[in-house]
Amino acid sequence: MKFTVDRAVLLKALAHVQSVVERRNTIPILANVLLEATKDGTLRLTATDMEIAIVEEVVGAAVAQPGKTTAPAATLYEIVRKLPEAAKVELQHPGGDAPLALRAGRFATSLVVLPVEDFPSMTEGKLPTVFSLKAGTLRALIDRTRFAISTEETRYYLNGIYLHAGESDGTPVLRAVATDGHRLARVEEPLPDGAKGMPGVIVPRKTVAELRKLADEAQDEIEIRLSDTKIQFRFGAVALTSKLIDGTFPEYERVIPRGNDKVLRVDKKAFEDAVNRVAAISTERSRPVKLSLDRNHLLLSAASPDQGQAQEELDGEVVRYENGPLEIGFQARYLTDITGLIEGEVEFRFADGSAPTLVQDVAKTDALYVLMPMRV
Amino acid sequence: MATLCRDCLRVTAEDVPACPCGSPRLVRHPELLRLTVAHVDCDAFYAAIEKRDRPELLTRPVIVGGGRRGVVAACCYVARTRGVRSAMPMFQALRACPDAVVIRPDMAKYAAEARRIRALMEALTPLLEPLSIDEAVLDLAGTAALHGAPPAAVLARFAQAVEREVGVTVSIGLAPNRLLAKIAAERDKPRGFAVIGRAEAAALLAPEPVTLLPGVGPALARRLAAAGITRLGQLQALPERDALARFGEEGPSLVARARGEDPRPVRPEREARSISAETTFERDLREAAELERPLWHLCEKLARRLGEKGLAAGGVVLKLKTAGFALRTRHARLPAPTRLPETLFEAARPLLRKEADGTAFRLVGIGAQPLAPAAEADRGDLADPEAPRRAARWAAVEALRARFGEGAVVRGRGLAPR
Repeated sequence: MKFTVDRAVLLKALAHVQSVVERRNTIPILANVLLEATKDGTLRLTATDMEIAIVEEVVGAAVAQPGKTTAPAATLYEIVRKLPEAAKVELQHPGGDAPLALRAGRFATSLVVLPVEDFPSMTEGKLPTVFSLKAGTLRALIDRTRFAISTEETRYYLNGIYLHAGESDGTPVLRAVATDGHRLARVEEPLPDGAKGMPGVIVPRKTVAELRKLADEAQDEIEIRLSDTKIQFRFGAVALTSKLIDGTFPEYERVIPRGNDKVLRVDKKAFEDAVNRVAAISTERSRPVKLSLDRNHLLLSAASPDQGQAQEELDGEVVRYENGPLEIGFQARYLTDITGLIEGEVEFRFADGSAPTLVQDVAKTDALYVLMPMRV
Repeated sequence: MATLCRDCLRVTAEDVPACPCGSPRLVRHPELLRLTVAHVDCDAFYAAIEKRDRPELLTRPVIVGGGRRGVVAACCYVARTRGVRSAMPMFQALRACPDAVVIRPDMAKYAAEARRIRALMEALTPLLEPLSIDEAVLDLAGTAALHGAPPAAVLARFAQAVEREVGVTVSIGLAPNRLLAKIAAERDKPRGFAVIGRAEAAALLAPEPVTLLPGVGPALARRLAAAGITRLGQLQALPERDALARFGEEGPSLVARARGEDPRPVRPEREARSISAETTFERDLREAAELERPLWHLCEKLARRLGEKGLAAGGVVLKLKTAGFALRTRHARLPAPTRLPETLFEAARPLLRKEADGTAFRLVGIGAQPLAPAAEADRGDLADPEAPRRAARWAAVEALRARFGEGAVVRGRGLAPR
């Protein structure tokens, strides 16, 4: 194998694939990237952690001799990153156990390789459901749900985003849902063509993170293919394939409160700033903040046995609340995680001080959040 | 100096050279009538019960042990004179004492006898804290009027009652606090009655090695020795500031204990730190599916124990013992405390599946750790709104079982395979 390629082109592809490689690895081959150069001038890079595989094709490499090998992904990335910007990189591998030679200008290095046969291939199988989403739409689905993904191992089926087809007021929608038991996020988009009848799938947290990084670079459409065990995202020259979480997502619809009739509308910025200021007093890890409501009046307060107490009042200028007195407590971060996703005005719908509370953006109702209160 | 006769129980405020009853078993101490904390320890408990049941063994060295773990569980005083000690590996004990009579432990019998002794203690004071099957600490403060006798005499009477009714002997340490009471009980064994008063404690402890203190093990003893401290007297002389600097937060309390001070009260119910259930199989099991059935039964048992104690599990500990006696424990934290068998089981099952790699296991156990208040258990959350209903169902099942017997309601999982 021998080819020459622009440093910038190689670096971009390596940055994508090396990100999937686990830093601490007990299986040496998983630390490597598979490099394949074909006759027609295509260079293909593959990395996997056995759960996720990423394949990126680079065009514009001058392939002198087709072939393939595997080399340490992180090291190769580091070296290429440190080469001069306009450098041309030559990679050469004579085959067998011989090291991979990299040359760029007057720099040369040789890297230990592992046999291509040892590199695990992740078979995609049939992926019958195929649809596309705008990159911006996918980003918005992820950004407004990922904060609620659980990291708890015992309920592994909560360790991802549940993606499925549903119905909202008679309109078919694509829904992304995540919950850790304390909060739940549900975002919906009009159901794209091809997604009708798709199985509900749970996309693992790491896949979500990798996808989100890649989606930043995607300009237009991202194609999604899936079965009930695998999902693939394709855009440009990149294909990210991932196993899905083998579990049943809870029936979340039942925990979304329907009859909450005590409505608070509050300016997002005023509210968020007040929460952050008040919570600063708290020494507990959960930083509980108490909301005391009365007609067009909101008092936020927090107390700590060692540090003292803090409070802030918000009134008619930024608060609209027409119901009777109510007291309810939440973890400060749970509140700001949600208000951080809201632009102008936040709507809270309460039942009472101990029941799940509904939170929405007044201007954008495609996303809905549920928060469990805590005792304060 | 006050005197107590351990045979006729006569108490005199002044020193008497001999008891009118003729007994030489007198306890003399200036603080005798003021001390209330007692440490009671049965002498070579398992071996003593075996000797009681087989009088022909009275003069023979008796070792209770062998069995599963192959170590000495208890040995009589005859065996001790030959160098046998508790927890010694059996082969070593038999090398020291080849003619010993080895008896397999009969834990059910010892537990029954221990309960009889416990009942006798309960008649003395409500401030009773069992420390093990054959050891307890009691505080008899304020009981003198009730018993019509000072604590020292009440304890001597108790020792007689144990000998008469159970047929084994106890050693008693009487002191102003539990630390000194324990040290006292160790000083006069077997069938002893030792007193350590407040006034003499420091001087009495000073020449003793630091390892005399409970809690000073080999590691701490090495650290102390490295600082040139081997005797309790040296610890006593250490100023608090130096104790803190050299031995950290534990330093000052270590110095206090070296002086014979111990602020810990006697607590009737020691708070359980973990609750567990385990079972040993009739034959070794390897398959996850085979191991899951006993695990399920243990989860039900654990759930019941949690219920009885008003506690919940914040996490589960899975315990496995291999055929080769290697112990494996695995822990999983629960997202929220539970007292339901199925939630315990669902948390323990993945741990079990990871360990069931073909290894043969002889024992499985499940424990609740950490413990949490029952009020926080099974309240449910957004991902598990059904938890309160499952809790109500389990309560109903338990109520049915209490009324109609264990077999009244059985989970499919708990049924034996056909």
